[in-house]
Order: sequence, then C-alpha cells, then structure tokens
Amino acid sequence: MNGKPLVSIVSAGMSKFGKLDGLLAREIFSLATKEAFTRCPKLDPKNDIKAMFVGHMGEAYEHQGHMGPVAADWAGLTGIPATRTESACASSGAALRSGIYAVMSGLADVVLVGGVEKMTHRTTSEVTEYLAMASDYPFEQWHGITFPGLFAMMATAHMHAYGTTEQEIARAAVKNHFHGSLNPKAHIQKEITLESVMASRYVAWPLKLYDCSLITDGASCVILTKPELAGKYSDMPVHIIGSGQASDTIGLYGRQSLTSLNATKLATKMAYDMAQVKPGDIDLAEVHDCFTFAELMAYEDLGFCPVGKSGKFVESGETRFGGRIPVNTSGGLKAKGHPVGATGTAQAYEIYLQLTEQAGKRQVKDAKIGLTHNVGGSGATAAVHVYRRTK
Amino acid sequence: MSTQEPFTIEQFYKFLEQQKLMAGKCLKCGKLHLPPRPVCDNCFSEEFEWVNVSGKGKLLTYTVIHIAPKQFQALTPYAVGIMQLENGLKIPGMIQNTKQEQLKIGMELTLDFGICSTTEQWPQWQRYCFKR
Repeated sequence: MNGKPLVSIVSAGMSKFGKLDGLLAREIFSLATKEAFTRCPKLDPKNDIKAMFVGHMGEAYEHQGHMGPVAADWAGLTGIPATRTESACASSGAALRSGIYAVMSGLADVVLVGGVEKMTHRTTSEVTEYLAMASDYPFEQWHGITFPGLFAMMATAHMHAYGTTEQEIARAAVKNHFHGSLNPKAHIQKEITLESVMASRYVAWPLKLYDCSLITDGASCVILTKPELAGKYSDMPVHIIGSGQASDTIGLYGRQSLTSLNATKLATKMAYDMAQVKPGDIDLAEVHDCFTFAELMAYEDLGFCPVGKSGKFVESGETRFGGRIPVNTSGGLKAKGHPVGATGTAQAYEIYLQLTEQAGKRQVKDAKIGLTHNVGGSGATAAVHVYRRTK
Repeated sequence: MSTQEPFTIEQFYKFLEQQKLMAGKCLKCGKLHLPPRPVCDNCFSEEFEWVNVSGKGKLLTYTVIHIAPKQFQALTPYAVGIMQLENGLKIPGMIQNTKQEQLKIGMELTLDFGICSTTEQWPQWQRYCFKR
C-alpha cells in the first residue's frame, strides 16, 4: 500500500487556455476559481477557504505585481491571507507545495492554490525577454543566452552523449498535439505531423518552433483540505500522497550535469519516498514539456525509462494515450499551452480530472496513481507531486 | 595575489576590463569560485584571495540562437555555449563568428575579453566572448 494522504483535493478549476483577448490576469483567474466553486457545491468559499497561494511569474506582462490579493479579490475571497508564489514556470507547483505546508501545519483547513499568467498581448520578443528573467542575468541573459537556448544546450549535450535525434525529440510534440486535440480547453486542438515539426524554423538549434510550448493566457486552481475533512466537501476527493520540491543553481553552467535536472531528481526522490511508490506504479503523468526535449529529460529523471533512452521511449508510443504510461494527456505545455504561473496547478487539474473520471475523450482507464512534474527556469526549481484516487 | 577588491560579480567584470580573468579562492576550504562570491557556499568563510585563471578551455555544449530579445536580434543567428576552463570551472558565453557546422563539443576555445558597449546606467559589464 502507498503512503498516507498528506492533503486531499476536493475541487479544481481551469479557464480556457489560449489567446484570451481583452481579459486581464485577475479576470481569467476568477473564471478558474468560479469553476472550482461550482464543482464543489458543499463548499462555502467565503467561509471555508482560509488561505490562498497564487503562482504568478511576471509583473512585467501587465505592470501588476502583488498578485496574491488581486487574485483573491477577483475570486471573491478578499480578507483571507493571499500570497503570490514566484518560482518562474513552477510558480503554481510551488503554490501547491505551499498549500500543503499550510494545511498540514494546521493553520488553515481549506486552502485554495492556483496560478495565472496573461501573456499573449505582448510581442514574442517581449515574452522572450520576460521568460529569460527566470535564468541567470549576469552570465546568461547578459550574453544573449535565451531561455530556449538553455534547453537547446541540454538537448545538444544529450544528443552528443546518447545519440538522441531531432526526430525523436519532435515525437513529443506530435504526441502532445494529439492529446491536445482531445482537450476542449487546450490552446491548440489540432494534430500536427512529424514532418511539420521537422520543417519548422529553428528557435535555438536543435530546437525548432514546434518544439516550443505556447505563449498562452490562462488560470487554474485546486482546493485542498485535510484528508479527514475531504468527505465533508466531496464524494470523490483525490489524495496527494507525495510532495517534493528542490532547487539547483540558477545558471546552467553551475550544474554537475547538462543532460538531466538534479532538482527534478531530488524532488522526485522526496515525493516517491513519501508516497511509497516506484516509477512503475505511476499510471499517468503531466510533465513539464516547456520544450519537447524537456519532456524526454523528465522521462529519465522521473525514472520512467533508463538514462539516455528517452528518445527511443517516446518513439515507442508508451507515453501516448493508450500506452503503458500516458504523459501529458492534457496536451501538455506544448498544446494545452503554458501560461507560466498557471501551469503547475493546471497539471494538478488534469490529474484531478483523470482520477475522478471526468477527463472525457482522453480519460485514461483505471488510473489509480498520477504524477505532476513542474520545472522553474532551466531547472533551478522542480516540484513533483504524486496523487491517488479514492474510489 | 591578494587585493582588497570585494569578491563580487561587479568586481569580476571590472577585472575583465583590465583583461584579467579572475576567480575567488576560499582561504579556508580552497574552493574556487567563478563568479566570485562574498561568502563561500561550501564552508561559509568570507576569506578569499584572487587567482588568475587561464582563458583556455573546451566547449561542453552549444546552441545557435535564431530568436533573441530585441538587443540581440541584429546578431542572429549567433552561437552560444558553455566553456569548461582548464581548471575545471565553467563559464557560458557567445562564440564569436562561428557557424553551426564549425561547432563541435570538445573544440578548443579561448576567452576574449571583449568590450562593454552598453549605454545603460547599470550594468556596465564587459561582454566577453569565446574565440576559436
């Protein structure tokens, strides 16, 4: 039997992901919280929710910092402690972890954790600059090293060390766009071909445009409570049984390995030990495919396949819907989209849907154990969570 | 060589202006820091000395950037990489005048001190680069 539940998810919500013209981050966030409240009629949001953590990466996008109380206000929760968590693209993975701290400490019985980002009103050049702020300024950004460039350098090193090919890497994009075609909330709901990925222009060799996740607007949230209170709010809660978060040097150049993320490995060990699970116990996962190659690296760091074999593993189809361990059934960051602050809890939202049989056309049959893996920057933060269904 | 200059990133870049590549060496545990830092992350000592580091090394990994922020867009496509210096320390940077097909992991590179062309008030850091 696996580990004890740490906290339980009693509801979840997510806005449509995409280009949400005319909506500010706070407004998008309120659409996600509204869905979570509607899904959980036994919850009285204004009285029951005692704290809130909101993942939000960048004040540059909207000239708006201090997103904690802003998001609480638009969610209809003004008054409760509401704190922004910032860990770059892992901002809401960190919000989730913070919510677990809050519930397990006994300070707050019901906590809303979520995230939001509004990005599409900015030019690609501006977004490139803002995202790069999650990397080292004095040695990476200052010398023209972009965010895709950092993952590209890891891909180059992996291709050199293990013979991984651009075509193998591209397979993750094809798979995730197939999954996105099954998700009515995904930013792009169209399948793409391997040829179209290979023919797309280079962003940072060997990564091409179709290897990159999308610039997206969106928000997501989940509502956490103590396992012993879960039944009060939901007939089918989902337990979180493992939580891990770890850090690494901000600069890629300071790390021991260029072909794996040590923060992922540390967070994974923490979460697996707590949950008392092994990689083979995981039935489905949402992993951080900010770039296709990042998904391949995640397979290895999470123990889904041997080190160096992720190219062959993605080609085998085992991580496709219908395979042994479907990865990114939501479409992932690649097709569902990557509103950076919202991504961590959007992953939790997908696992919640899957483990409560609400995932529609992409429902994975008989899934019991799910996993989320959220990375900040080029790997200076990683958050890994393990989930178990209750019925 | 020991001086009173603070063991900081600003000072690292000031030395580069003087055509010197300098690392901080912890006097307590011996760890070499590039960039230098005021407190050793290994033993928490604040006692350091400056050591002159050879700018020769090998390319560990690279990419060619095609999409860049505004201030670098005119340079695209340009190569960047991480160089491992002879003493084992690693430093990232731009690889000057090098085409994709000329790049190879393991190739020998030398750090060129470059210039600081910025008009901003801060930072005024030298843009070093790597030469084949």
